[in-house]
Amino acid sequence: MRNLSSGRSSYSYWLSVHVLALFLALLISGECSAVATPTSGIRPGAPINPSVKDRPNDEGGAIEITWEASFDDTRGRGIVRSYSILRSTEAVSGFEKVGEVDSGRGRYLFVDDGVENGKRHFYKLVSQTSSGAISEPCIIGPISASAQWFHSERWNMLIALIIVSASVLTFISMARKGRDLYIRPIAGLQAVDEAVGRATEMGRPVLYIPGILDMDDVQTIAGVAILGRVARKTAEYETPLTVPVSRSVVMSAAQETVKEAYWDVGKPDAFHPEMVRYLTDDQFGFAAGVDGIMLREKPATVFFQGAFYAESLILAETGHSIGAVQIAGTAMTSQLPFFVTACDYTLIGEELFAAGAYLTEDPRLLGSLKGQDVAKGLAIVFILIGIILETAGFHWLTEFLTVN
Amino acid sequence: MTADIGTWLAAFLTLCIFSFLYKDNPFYKFAEHLFVGISAGYWLCYHFWNTVKPNLYDNLVEKGEWQYLLPLFLGICMLLRLFSKIGWFSRWAIAFMIGSGAGIMIITYLQSNFLEQIKSTLVSLDPAGSSWTQVANNSLLFIGVVTGLVYFFFSKAHTGITGGVARVGVVFLMICFGASFGYTVMARISLLIGRMYFLLHNWLGVV
Repeated sequence: MRNLSSGRSSYSYWLSVHVLALFLALLISGECSAVATPTSGIRPGAPINPSVKDRPNDEGGAIEITWEASFDDTRGRGIVRSYSILRSTEAVSGFEKVGEVDSGRGRYLFVDDGVENGKRHFYKLVSQTSSGAISEPCIIGPISASAQWFHSERWNMLIALIIVSASVLTFISMARKGRDLYIRPIAGLQAVDEAVGRATEMGRPVLYIPGILDMDDVQTIAGVAILGRVARKTAEYETPLTVPVSRSVVMSAAQETVKEAYWDVGKPDAFHPEMVRYLTDDQFGFAAGVDGIMLREKPATVFFQGAFYAESLILAETGHSIGAVQIAGTAMTSQLPFFVTACDYTLIGEELFAAGAYLTEDPRLLGSLKGQDVAKGLAIVFILIGIILETAGFHWLTEFLTVN
Repeated sequence: MTADIGTWLAAFLTLCIFSFLYKDNPFYKFAEHLFVGISAGYWLCYHFWNTVKPNLYDNLVEKGEWQYLLPLFLGICMLLRLFSKIGWFSRWAIAFMIGSGAGIMIITYLQSNFLEQIKSTLVSLDPAGSSWTQVANNSLLFIGVVTGLVYFFFSKAHTGITGGVARVGVVFLMICFGASFGYTVMARISLLIGRMYFLLHNWLGVV
């Protein structure tokens, strides 16, 4: 009897293990029951065809969970109120709720964006009624989030980048080999030397403001590049130069630029670090400070070259009131009208970026300017072809240019 | 009239700044220096507690993420400007900032200032079922963008046909600037109204 009993017990044990293993295998593979199990009489049907995948084209940290509506969602008994999504690093335990989605649709998508990259996760998905009854759980996984190096829907950006970069590099190469690259005259830049000369004749300083943004902004970079040329002229003419800045890094870069310019023309002793002054990061505090400098030092020439915001008219009006020659340049379209109104010369938009190439005649800058001209020519061609296609009812070019 | 000391102080400083409309004077100088000094101090504290502490100190010391030693090193390079003999170290930090900034921004600009602009210009000149005003709008958009692009073409002198087309582009630009000027002036007047309301209502209590 004992042996028989023992044999039955062993048989029951192995049967239980096999049933449990089969159950777990079903759960992990996502094949949860789609039919309501009548345990309480109102238990809803489980979500259908659940699946998980790493969210594509992202920096990682997110998993997409999709499923179809339960048989008891909008169909059947219509008792499903919502779906709960739970997450765990183990297949059978440790689940914590990460979200809930209201019912009423045919297909669902939930993005869990609180996931650690490279870590295995399991998800449990249940439907629930307004009375709190829940369906049989669907456990899906394992899945882990990861970052993608390339956005598969941005081929158009890659193609545009290759075309622009190739044209820029080609022209830089041509410029370095000594090919003469023509740049048309730009009125505001031709006036730079005259403006510095005027300040020299009047015995008054030159004021140069490289915008109010930091060195990671291309307009500030362009403004500091033009500062190099202006500083060379002030060094040659021994004209005082004042450069108020609103960012500490811009102060460092501007000091280096001015120092290099004074060394280049053989007048290192004329350079003083105090020429470049940090005032404050605050926009209107900076405007108030520069206004004060203008009124007290009375510069004969004022340069505004860089990124400006609402302080542009305050500065340009003050410069105008003291009778200074003003040369402005910015790509901030909302501020250009004020500079056009209050300044003697204004570099509009891309003319600011062209200024560095025009003034220094550096092959790298000239090449990049010519390369950008190729890009502009291509843009005109694209627009002409695209408008003909759109008018004829073809939209494929517009779709190609759409960036996701 | 309010008895709140803060409102009195704000009103006094507002009038000090307004006195600039007459000419430079000691009141304006006082308000200007106060504004510049306090804002410089404020932004120093702001950057420390909102940039250095959460982005560097917490990650490096609290979380032990050693890759943040690189920004710490670059930050120290910037501070070495205080010593003239080794101040050139700061050029590394500046070069890193300019290079990484330009590299990151090239993608943003290529998308927003190039592809998106081209795409937005691709409109039908004869949209089905549209009024003549829509056709005129689309035509103006097309002409304005193309002539504007020609104006910013630096490889050819603005003479002959190119000069004529560029001149049309300048006309479009100036009309755009005029509209923008009027719009912004209206916004500035609303700021002035806000300040006058503060003086007359919050301070004097006459309105």
